[in-house]
Amino acid sequence: MTVDFIFDGLNQLFPEFAGNDIFLIIAMLLPVAALLGFITVYGFGVIYSEIKVSSFIQDKTGPMGQGPGLHAGKWGLLQPVADGIKLFIKEDIIPASADKPLFILAPFLIFIGALTSFIAVPFGEKIIITDMNIGIFYIIGVGSLAVIALILAGWSSNNKWALFGGMRSAAQIISYEIPAGISLVVVIMIASSLNMQEIIAYQAGGLFNWIIFDNPFMPIVFIIFFISVLAETNRTPFDLPESESELVAGFVTEYSGTRYAIFFLSEYANMFVVSAVAATAFLGGWQSPFSNFLNSPAWGVFWMMSKTFFLIFVMIWVRWTVPRLRVDQLMHLCWKVFIPIGLFNVFAVAIWIVVRGS
Amino acid sequence: MYRDFGTVFFTSIVAIIFVIVPLVIAWLVAPSNKTKEKLETYECGEVVEGSAWLQFNIRFYVIALIFLIFDVEVVFLFPWAVVFKELGLLALIEMGIFLLILVVGLAYVWVKSDLDWVKRRVRYGAGRYSKIAMDQDK
Repeated sequence: MTVDFIFDGLNQLFPEFAGNDIFLIIAMLLPVAALLGFITVYGFGVIYSEIKVSSFIQDKTGPMGQGPGLHAGKWGLLQPVADGIKLFIKEDIIPASADKPLFILAPFLIFIGALTSFIAVPFGEKIIITDMNIGIFYIIGVGSLAVIALILAGWSSNNKWALFGGMRSAAQIISYEIPAGISLVVVIMIASSLNMQEIIAYQAGGLFNWIIFDNPFMPIVFIIFFISVLAETNRTPFDLPESESELVAGFVTEYSGTRYAIFFLSEYANMFVVSAVAATAFLGGWQSPFSNFLNSPAWGVFWMMSKTFFLIFVMIWVRWTVPRLRVDQLMHLCWKVFIPIGLFNVFAVAIWIVVRGS
Repeated sequence: MYRDFGTVFFTSIVAIIFVIVPLVIAWLVAPSNKTKEKLETYECGEVVEGSAWLQFNIRFYVIALIFLIFDVEVVFLFPWAVVFKELGLLALIEMGIFLLILVVGLAYVWVKSDLDWVKRRVRYGAGRYSKIAMDQDK
């Protein structure tokens, strides 16, 4: 949608070159460049808030430097910047015994997966880079690229810890994809569309038109979806692939410097994407909780961002509240709890729609 | 539509560039003082024992196989869910039959205890280990 908008704008600005293919490429690249800026700023913000929220929850002191320089800015605001600079000027080490091409490929793959899923995320009523007709399906599909990247990273390092981490992450992410997918199927049944903007448009008209309040089963569906995406983004309590107390650092054991920073950034980018999908599918996206109040497009961006960042805050909150699961508990939770309940929900909501609709 | 997926294509290229640029900066700025010890595989400071490319636990394959079946099922559910409100009861019955077959499969795997991560049995078990204790009568 934004692409079309910029393309039309360029055509009107330079009518003698209208319809030029270069304009189309510029129209595609401009929003992506803006997106990169957004991800960078968001990355610094969310790393800072993770440090700060964790220090508040654990009642310890986060970075609290005074003034510029080595003291990491006022209230430690420059701490993420210092972390970033430290990571980017570190020596680039590839272990001698590693599978070099695959070792180099893995950070590229995970970042492609993270960035391309962003372009179908609706930031506001008019602000969505491409308004695909299969938006939600596309995000699930592209999001799965992370599995390949993680297993490549784990396997190519030729390190036992990394191999364990990669295998665990593959088993965990593919398992939890099923409950997450089934939960979204329920949403699509209600909204009758795969398009992100149409799903949000379905939820117009205040708090009680949101899909999470559509019928009595939806809160359960939302909880299943949220816990599943926690597992898919490798967040605690599901951070078994990189559990530092048993696997050193899991699949990133051999990665350092820039390549490690890319993995780190992609994890936070994925957190944003899944929170945005949860906000879109269940919490009304950019719709205001009041039907005719604060419901302009500009406020839409505010609502979307506040819902998304609230869910990200919950993810950080959970990290410092719940202890890590064991592998067998993880698999038990997915296959014996979430998938049966998820399938039951599909049937229950389908019967609800058939009974209520006729 | 080609505008949508053209954007995906260009976004992937931008993503690749976004990873390459800091790597090039690091290559220019970062120190490079590689020694044999530095390039060794990390194994908690011990001398590396063999390779990590070895035979791996078969449980992961079982999980992957079950996943494959269920993921294809979810893919089938997506188009069904889009038109579900138009088709109504007929779609519910059709998908009910389809899902029932898969649920039977899940139940089979469950009963065969392929969903259990720990299949170990101990000879004598009581209390919290009673679940994995061997049957003493046999």
